Parts: sequence; structure tokens; C-alpha cells
Amino acid sequence: MGSEMTSADLRVSIGPLKLKNPVMTASGTFGYAKEFEPYVNLHHLGAVVVKGISLEPRPGNPPPRIVETSCGMLNAIGLENVGVERFISEKMVSLQEVNVPVIVNILGDTLDDYREIAARLADVKGIAGIEVNISCPNVKKGGVAFGTVPGMAAAVTAAVKESSSVPVIVKLSPNVTDITEIARAVEDGGADGVSLINTLIGMAIDHRSRRPQLANVIGGLSGPAIKPVALRMVYQVAKAVSIPVIGIGGIESTEDVLEFLLAGATAVQIGTANFVNPRASEEAVAGLASYVAEQKLESIREIIGGLIIP
Amino acid sequence: MSQFQEKTQITRIERFTEDILRLTLESPEIASIAKPGQFVMIRTGNSSDPLLRRPFSISQTSNNLHFQVLFKVVGRGTSILAHCREGEFLSVLGPLGNGFTIDCRNRNCLVGGGMGIAPLLFLAKAMLRKCPDTPPIVVLGSRNREELTTLVYDFAELGLSAYTATDDGSLGHHGLVTEVLETLDLGADCTNYVCGPHPMMTAVHLFCKKRNYSCQVSMETSMACGMGACLGCIVPVEKGGYGHACTDGPVFDAKELVWEVK
Ligand SMILES: Cc1cc2nc3c(=O)[nH]c(=O)nc-3n(C[C@H](O)[C@H](O)[C@H](O)COP(=O)(O)OP(=O)(O)OC[C@H]3O[C@@H](n4cnc5c(N)ncnc54)[C@H](O)[C@@H]3O)c2cc1C
Ligand SMILES: Cc1cc2nc3c(=O)[nH]c(=O)nc-3n(C[C@H](O)[C@H](O)[C@H](O)COP(=O)(O)O)c2cc1C
Ligand code: FES
Repeated sequence: MGSEMTSADLRVSIGPLKLKNPVMTASGTFGYAKEFEPYVNLHHLGAVVVKGISLEPRPGNPPPRIVETSCGMLNAIGLENVGVERFISEKMVSLQEVNVPVIVNILGDTLDDYREIAARLADVKGIAGIEVNISCPNVKKGGVAFGTVPGMAAAVTAAVKESSSVPVIVKLSPNVTDITEIARAVEDGGADGVSLINTLIGMAIDHRSRRPQLANVIGGLSGPAIKPVALRMVYQVAKAVSIPVIGIGGIESTEDVLEFLLAGATAVQIGTANFVNPRASEEAVAGLASYVAEQKLESIREIIGGLIIP
Repeated sequence: MSQFQEKTQITRIERFTEDILRLTLESPEIASIAKPGQFVMIRTGNSSDPLLRRPFSISQTSNNLHFQVLFKVVGRGTSILAHCREGEFLSVLGPLGNGFTIDCRNRNCLVGGGMGIAPLLFLAKAMLRKCPDTPPIVVLGSRNREELTTLVYDFAELGLSAYTATDDGSLGHHGLVTEVLETLDLGADCTNYVCGPHPMMTAVHLFCKKRNYSCQVSMETSMACGMGACLGCIVPVEKGGYGHACTDGPVFDAKELVWEVK
């Protein structure tokens, strides 16, 4: 792992956010990073994205919340989190000790919620960026998800951008007809980058009991099963916008990371794979370093968007 | 600190019945720090399907070198595990979770049902070491004699003779473990350590509540990570909201949980 890792140039930039390598961990799959300290050298990672934070604490959905499906899993955690105040006073303190850029994932029910969380986080030390989860329902607009209507997606982006002091990444929902339309809207709203994809809405049924396998009935699909969809969306969005794209969805290995970079992603996030192999993110960083050395590249940036279409 | 070992060797496989097996794994790192009631997350295959690790209680450790898991085949993951051979390697994460709290002041009673018996052997050993003057009472329940014989023998090796209950009456009491508990002299203060199917744990909790006994239960939930990251493994708690079975548990004080009593 060691030698190439320091010599290979893996640096990438998400707008003003400079990362030492393109590998981050995805929100909701890496806790508040501390959980992974026994297994991962956190400072080897490009960044960590923490579990989504709302204004007030949320208890989340009743059990069962997760169920495994073919090559993937469904989750309906219900955005359980400690709320922004406790996040700042408790979780952020331990995150500040870890030598890795921290990106805080935020969510809300209204535009004002998003604006206020961003404002509360604005002068907290140690936050490298904000990732805005727009897959949540807008309670003031009849529960339509912010991320499914271009105008609402742009408005959330602008609201967060206005009250925040760090780079803002908007995390796109794949549960839309045309994801490029939403991507363009958040670019217009001022986003410094987009990350995609969030989970695909799915469902699992137990035919014997005739009941849904999740208490919430439906949930978000993640893991290797969604990789082809994620790659396609990253490819389309990277062509549609000029801000950097962060690829997410079913990434398990260095090879998967390379595929996303070729499709046009500047960086990636590893999610569900952390549950299976807690070292997946760090191993991908080492793998990229070896790849750059083997291929005699000047830097990993050379392959971004390098897909060859014969 | 918990360990992540991609190559943990299976040194022994014992088949108790058609679908119940015990694996002995070699890992000084895990065996030397594990506590009774803790569990490991085992990857059952090398492919993306099944994807997630499966949780199993640590059923016993020996010489700070080996640990065992006792499991029943219920689905794909456990069925793959049942086809492993001695000498093969498994990817193991652990030990995880809090474990039981051994209290030597009271009389102790271990109550296990089905695969819930797994962690109790480890607990019994630790208890005998910690409170040599007060050996625990052991009550075990299962479907039939076949499932229990080896386990009863293992407790006997420790000098503990277990009370048994089976669904078909082929060993011990024909019926439920709680019916056995009712007949025992457990004294005024007794701490119960319980692991088994949810209905059994509910019944033992109610038994303990009635007699004002303390009761520690090991909860089973679906788990994706086993280390506090996915927030999938929740159990409703009495004070409101949820506890996380992998980090706050799997062992909980039964009084602190919400029990649905029908
Ligand atoms: C902390 C903890 C400790 C555990 N310790 C042990 C142990 O020592 N020995 C042991 O045999 N098992 C133990 N379990 C349960 C074990 O993890 C499951 O049996 C296993 O994950 C099933 O995997 P599978 O792929 O074979 O089944 P799946 O394919 O996941 O499921 C197949 C079928 O079995 C059912 N099922 C799934 N999980 C359970 C369950 N927990 N109990 C009953 N039915 C289930 C499913 O609903 C489904 O119908 C423990 C669980 C936890 C949370
Ligand atoms: C258990 C779980 C919890 C998640 N929680 C969040 C969250 O709080 N906020 C968010 O934006 N995405 C959340 N996600 C989505 C992931 O960050 C990621 O976008 C998705 O899982 C796809 O990537 P993967 O296939 O690599 O897991 C969660 C995913 C899982 C599996
Ligand atoms: S199993 Fe993931 S948080 Fe408990």
C-alpha cells in the first residue's frame, strides 16, 4: 500500500474543495467515521461524508429497517439522526480529531430547514463541505421530493449556498424521469458539484406471510445491484453540466472506481460496500495509486471522462 | 478493539443435526478479547450474493486461540456456511456488541432456546470463573432431543446439569422453558440471562417481572454492518425511540425494552 500511495498524484478538486484523492465514503454508510477507526486509516481517505443531519433529532422508522435483496439491500432507516445541535456539540468534536476532510450531509422538510441547518454549520470548525440530500419530501409542497422538481431543487441549492461558507454539493435522487434536468437546475442554483446517485426506491415482499419485508413498505435500494444505473446517470450528468460530478452506487473495488471516473466522475463515494468490507474505501485509494503507477499516468485526473466510445 | 480478519481458518466442523452445525475458528485476536454475549459478523461467500455479513454469537472460546459459532441453516447465507470444509478461511469481523454483565451477588439463571443457547456456554464458563461459589442454574429449550444432546453434554462437562424442555417431549419437560422456570427454586433474587426466540424471551421477561428478578436478554435483529454505521438493527426502548442492537446491545436489560404482549 505504502510507497505508491504517497508518490502517485491522486488529487482532485470539487470546485474549491481540494481532495488528496477521489475516494470518499457515502452518507449513512460510514456513521460518524469513528465507528471505522479500528479498521481504516481515516486520513488516507479523500473525505468522509457523515450521516444526514436534520434541524431536530429524528427517531427514524420502526423495524425492520433493512432487508437484503439480490446483490443489494433495501433500507428504510427514516433518516434517524441526532439533530444539528448534538451533531455539533458531540459528533463534530470527535470528527475534528480525525485528520480527514469532513463533508456534512444535510436534509430538511422545508426550504427554511435547509437554510437554517446550513447557517448553524457555517461557523463550525472542521467542516470541509456540505452535501445536500434533496431526496426528502417538501412538506410545504404536498410532500413532493425536492429532488424531483427542477425549480425546487434549484431553490434548495440557492438557499444552502446563501447561508453556507463552504463548498456545497447537491446529492441527486435517481427517482426522476430525467436526472440531467435536475442536475442543470442545481448547477444554475449555484452548486459547486453534484453527487449521484442516492438510493433507488424499491420494495421486497415475503410471499409466505404476504407482508412487505420493511415496516415502511418501501425503501432505498443500494449496493452492486444499482451500479449499472448509477454509471449511466453519472455518464449522462457529466455530459450535461460543467460542475464536477461525484459518482455513487454499488462501488466495491478499485475497478468500480475507475469505471465511474471513466464515465465522467471527478470523485466517488463508497456506500454499502463499507458494511461488507470495512476497509473497502482505503483499499480503493491504494488500488488507484497502483493503477496510476502501473499505467504511468501523470495523475488520476487523466482518466476522468476518458470513456472511449468506438 | 474489534478485529477485521479476512482469513480466519475453520479448524473444525461438527454437525449436530441435519441443519445445526458448530464451527471452530482459529483467531487468537478475537478469542483473547471476546466476552460472553458478543458476536461476530461472518461473510458467508465471496460474491455479491449474498452480499451482507451474517451475525453469529460467539458460542465459546478456548485457550485464547479458538472460538466457536453454533448455527442453524435458515437461508442462503447459513446454507453456504454449512457447506464449508475444515481448513477453509472465512472473513470475520468481531468481537462486536456489549455482552452480558455477570453479577455474582445473586443467584444466576441461564435460559436458552434454540440457537440462543449458543452464547450461554461461553457465559457459563465465564461465570464459573468469576463466581465459583455460585454455579448458575441452566435451562435449555429446543425442538427435540437431537438438537440438545451435545449442548447438554457441554454444560455437563462444566459440572452444570441443565434442565431441559423440548417441543416434542423427547428430552426433559414436554413444553416451554418458562414452565420449567416456574417449578425451580430460584430464591428471592435471581438474575436471568436469556437468549432465544422472541416469544420465549418475552415469556421469560414476564416471568422475571412478576417475581421482580433482573433479566438480561440478547436481542436478534436484522443487521447490515454490526458496528453502529447502518442504523438498521434497532429495538424499541421503554424511554422512547430505539436502541441499536449491535452497539447498545445485543444484550439489554429487559426492563429497558418495549415488549409487545399479546
Ligand atoms: C446478535 C446476533 C447473534 C446471532 N447469533 C446466532 C447464532 O449464534 N446462531 C444462529 O444460528 N443464528 C444466530 N443469529 C441469527 C443469524 O444471524 C441468522 O439466522 C442469519 O443471518 C440468517 O442468514 P441466512 O442468509 O441463512 O438467512 P436469510 O436468507 O437472511 O433468511 C432466510 C430466512 O430466515 C429468516 N431469518 C433470517 N434471520 C433469522 C433469524 N435471526 N432467526 C430466524 N429466522 C431468520 C428470514 O426471515 C428468511 O425467511 C444471530 C443474530 C444476531 C442479530
Ligand atoms: C443504510 C443506508 C443509509 C443511508 N443514509 C443516507 C443519508 O442519511 N443521506 C443520504 O444522502 N444518503 C444516504 N444513503 C445513500 C448512500 O449514501 C448512497 O447514495 C447509496 O447507498 C448508493 O451507494 P451504494 O450503492 O454504494 O451504497 C444511505 C444508504 C444506506 C444503505
Ligand atoms: S447493524 Fe448496522 S448499526 Fe447495528
